[in-house]
Amino acid sequence: MDSKTLIANRVAQEMKSGDLVNLGIGLPTLVASYLPKGIEVSFQSENGIIGMSMLPHPGLLDDDLTDAGGNPIGSVPGACAFDSSFSFGLIRGGHLDVTVLGGLQVDERGLLANWMVPGKMVPGMGGAMDLVAGAKRVIVAMTHTAKGTPKIVKECSLPLTAIRRVDLIVTELAVIEPTDDGLVLREIAPDVSVEQVLEATEAALIVPESVPEMAFVA
Amino acid sequence: MSHIISAADAVASIPDGAVLMIGGFMGAGTPPRLINELVRQEKKNLTIIANDTARPGVGIGKLVEAGLVSKLITSHIGTNPMTQKQMIDGDIEVELVPQGTLAERVRAGGFGLGGVITPTGVGTIAAEGRQTIELQGKTYLVELPLKADFALVNAKVSDYQGNLMYALTARNFNPLMAMAADTVIAEAESIVPVGVIAPDMIVTPHVVVDYLVAKEPSNG
Repeated sequence: MDSKTLIANRVAQEMKSGDLVNLGIGLPTLVASYLPKGIEVSFQSENGIIGMSMLPHPGLLDDDLTDAGGNPIGSVPGACAFDSSFSFGLIRGGHLDVTVLGGLQVDERGLLANWMVPGKMVPGMGGAMDLVAGAKRVIVAMTHTAKGTPKIVKECSLPLTAIRRVDLIVTELAVIEPTDDGLVLREIAPDVSVEQVLEATEAALIVPESVPEMAFVA
Repeated sequence: MSHIISAADAVASIPDGAVLMIGGFMGAGTPPRLINELVRQEKKNLTIIANDTARPGVGIGKLVEAGLVSKLITSHIGTNPMTQKQMIDGDIEVELVPQGTLAERVRAGGFGLGGVITPTGVGTIAAEGRQTIELQGKTYLVELPLKADFALVNAKVSDYQGNLMYALTARNFNPLMAMAADTVIAEAESIVPVGVIAPDMIVTPHVVVDYLVAKEPSNG
């Protein structure tokens, strides 16, 4: 498994049947492909749909049915569409069970920065601030470092997305859970040592006596 | 009851410097003929309130590309490098607003509310210049309503009176914006006799649609 596949696969294990799930653009989108057998979730897209699915055939694309990146999608039976106010009512109102987002940095407090790099990249926050403020569970799916530079840091130097602590961080090296006591190393990836994770992490990690290897249910 | 108007005449009624709300999300649900007319008539110095600026050559991206936009209130410009360049060069002033907050500010504008209070953005850059208030032990930002001179909305179907129905993810900001502007111009993919759209299917009632853009004759 390459890094992205591993991360997406591990995040997919977090889904429970019946969850309403929003997947961010990029890596998080891959999560849909790795849902364990028997797990049925609904995917919401902030541009106004519950029940999005992969486009079954390129010839079926429709300008009026896209994901939040503007790419053509399909929809499942029972899908429903709504306006942007309703869509974010779902997100802020406690109706969205899980959001999976990419990250630029997460810090020791479990705070996420994922929407701008001042002076370099100012794309806008889109729906990210609402998603982190409002979703019941926030999972950050990201590579552990950016070309060797740790992304799990003592304190975010980049502008924060929200002041809400995220619930889980999944990287190609580890699963880390932000808690009241700090960041706890919950799992390590196959063929990765605790030392390697610590080496690639700037933030202090709490390492329990035994740290199991990531488990994947097919 | 909406007046039927050509796309050219509808856009001709928009002065340079106007504040426009434009529906759409990455181009889906953005009125294509009205956008093309704004470009053709070279309307300048526009303030645009919209979710995003799509991509170069797509939807609102065309207005940016043509250099018609001087101010933008939006949630996302990351997919349009031209918008980012014009922002960095100082040609466009960009106010970035969290997407859910943008929707609620437009809704507040159209629904007669003095603003909205939201937890989104508390403790971030988005809180700058905003009043914060504590209610029942939680902190919120006070976000003010948005209004526009014109709303350009896109529907899947309109009837002859201007009752609007939308399609899938092309709905997005359209019904909110149709409530929040002094003059509402609707462009529909098809226009059908009154009664074809069942009352329960109508999302935007005709009373808020001032102008319905006429279809142009096509040969088959």
